[in-house]
Amino acid sequence: MWDYSEKVKEHFYNPKNAGAVADANGVGDVGSISCGDALRLTLKVEPETEIILDAGFQTFGCGSAIASSSALTEMVKGKTLDEALQISNQDIADFLDGLPPEKMHCSVMGREALQAAVANYRGEEWSDDHEEGALVCKCFAIDEVMVRDTIKANNLSSVEEVTNYTKAGGGCSSCHEAIENLLTEEMAARGETFVPAASGKKKAKKVEKKKPDLVEIEVPGAVPAAAPAAAKGGLTLVQRIRKIEEVLEAMRPALRADNGDVELVDVDGKTVYVNLVGACSGCQMAAMTLGGIQQKLIEAMGEFIKVIPASERPAA
Amino acid sequence: MSDIYLDNNATTMVDPAIVDAMLPFFTEQFGNPSSLHSFGNKVGMALKKARGQVQKILGAEHDSEIIFTSCGSESDSTAILSALKANPERKEIITTVVEHPAVLNLCEYLETEGYIVHKLKVDSKGRLDLDEYAKLLTDEVAVVSVMWANNETGTIFPVEKMAEMADEAGILFHTDAVQAVGKIPMNLQDTAIHMLSLSGHKLHAPKGVGVLYLKRGTRFRPLLRGGHQERGRRAGTENAASIVGLGLACEQAMEHMEFENVQVKAMRDRLQEGILAAVPNAFPTGDVDNRLPNTLNIAFEYIEGEAILLLMNKMGIAASSGSACTSGSLEPSHVMKAMGIPYTAAHGTVRFSLSRYNTMDEVERVIEAVPPIVAKLRKLSPYWGENGPVENPEQAFAPVYA
Ligand SMILES: Cc1ncc(COP(=O)(O)O)c(C=O)c1O
Ligand code: FES
Repeated sequence: MWDYSEKVKEHFYNPKNAGAVADANGVGDVGSISCGDALRLTLKVEPETEIILDAGFQTFGCGSAIASSSALTEMVKGKTLDEALQISNQDIADFLDGLPPEKMHCSVMGREALQAAVANYRGEEWSDDHEEGALVCKCFAIDEVMVRDTIKANNLSSVEEVTNYTKAGGGCSSCHEAIENLLTEEMAARGETFVPAASGKKKAKKVEKKKPDLVEIEVPGAVPAAAPAAAKGGLTLVQRIRKIEEVLEAMRPALRADNGDVELVDVDGKTVYVNLVGACSGCQMAAMTLGGIQQKLIEAMGEFIKVIPASERPAA
Repeated sequence: MSDIYLDNNATTMVDPAIVDAMLPFFTEQFGNPSSLHSFGNKVGMALKKARGQVQKILGAEHDSEIIFTSCGSESDSTAILSALKANPERKEIITTVVEHPAVLNLCEYLETEGYIVHKLKVDSKGRLDLDEYAKLLTDEVAVVSVMWANNETGTIFPVEKMAEMADEAGILFHTDAVQAVGKIPMNLQDTAIHMLSLSGHKLHAPKGVGVLYLKRGTRFRPLLRGGHQERGRRAGTENAASIVGLGLACEQAMEHMEFENVQVKAMRDRLQEGILAAVPNAFPTGDVDNRLPNTLNIAFEYIEGEAILLLMNKMGIAASSGSACTSGSLEPSHVMKAMGIPYTAAHGTVRFSLSRYNTMDEVERVIEAVPPIVAKLRKLSPYWGENGPVENPEQAFAPVYA
């Protein structure tokens, strides 16, 4: 059985705001019946102030889906629509003292129901490109769709790269067979053959890169912050940081549109540590965002850059 | 009040007498059965006795047809891979869409290795079409693997007849009888079944011990090569204590075969009748007239199984579900899907599986407990109105990205 927090159990056993709000003026229906989780959120919004006076949910789903729905209704009541829209799926999970990785999608569903209900209130059309696949990596809650999309978008050809882009495979490594299978299929689709990495000590030797524009440039490991040491790429550390900031700045509007933001924390050689804030800091979203940032940085800097959440920065 | 365990198709309690029989093999009877000295010899004798007990419940002709393994899954893998190795020129496998993952996932892997896997479909009651089967029995087929009874619905397949058909076509026949042994009387020497898998923990023996029955004369290639244990067909020092436990479990199951098929069945039937009488929009799945005596699988429409299980668990009732969430997958059980059960019902399936340790009193308590749980969850469901499903449920609630 799942490892649910006491808070999840509490909201499941005694859900708050169950049922439809009688005179609702905003309704959001989201979820997937095939996956077994779906939610209708009903809101009563005061038109003058846009304050959510009442919220109710009806959920077809498992324990954590019901708990996430209940949590969501508690969180939005009394907030204005704009305030409510600031709630990320991670906020919902946090409110419940966390969710198991397999269940994070329940919190994503909650957030989407909210967006859909607000759009419905405002007379807007809400559409969602959400596509969910079977979970590939349990350690980081990364699903098949994301692994495939990332392999496709970035022409990845090794498990290591998939880990760098999505984090999938970076933990216990039990999902490496599944990742190799996805690589085999996706690479076949672009006319290449997957070549597995060598085992054991030999593995450490870098596999030749096929794509010339992705040449790795060795950057000295820990560059002292003050030292104007020029990296092989020709840029000084300060110049590199500036350039990285520029790239992040360019991505900011897109992130903010999703109620998120990014902050540069540290640069250590070719590893860039960032803090994701707000909506981007959820599980799957975060990995996708990190992959995107990394891709942009690689393009802009012309070198292989690893983007890692600041929370994983080794203590100095 | 003590908890009620209705998840015996998942695993069973080890009978206390079996535990007692096993304990000496952790202490004074620690010898290696292969050793010549008396420490080992005594253990060797105990294994021989257990082999005879298994032989008896299966109705096998010889005790050398019994190969002890580490679990049902190992037996399944050994059987199928052996048939392929022994018939390298044959590249096809016949199985069914409703097999246990121990067979299905292996077959799916074998597909990536170039084998062609024919999965027999089932109808809405989970039954096979033997005409479809007959057409597939060609010289290309190395092995047929069909389960005796389904773990989710209890539906029984006509494996004796199917084995006959395979045998006539010169094809090896394996059956995963993990759920059937101990619940269905069998006499393998009168059948054409070449290989059969069973698992100890489904019949009150411990987990981690199984058997592959291998009919004498069947061509065989071991999965584990090494020492000469099990006549060289399964290397590895025997799990003596568990094998002794399994032997006794088989003997006990023989003794209780009638109880299982009369009393346990009566409890199961009462459970079905009691729940269905009190809960609207619920139906039993599978081949209700032809299923294991202990198994009841009910689909509760418009609610989700994990939620049902959590509420039942809170009341001290243990069962299992075919919903996606309980398995951590994205789809409801492949067995429910194969029978064409709609998603709104497939996610709400609950399997109650009984054993001879259950009582009618427990059954009555479950009949009391389930209806309010279902009602509580339906109150939360977008498909449910005041007193029943909303009109046109599928249109009334059609979420985005369905
Ligand atoms: C039909 C069937 N086959 C195989 C198995 C696997 O048995 P074991 O757990 O001993 O590997 C099970 C048990 O879950 C089963 O129900
Ligand atoms: S499951 Fe992917 S690393 Fe553990």
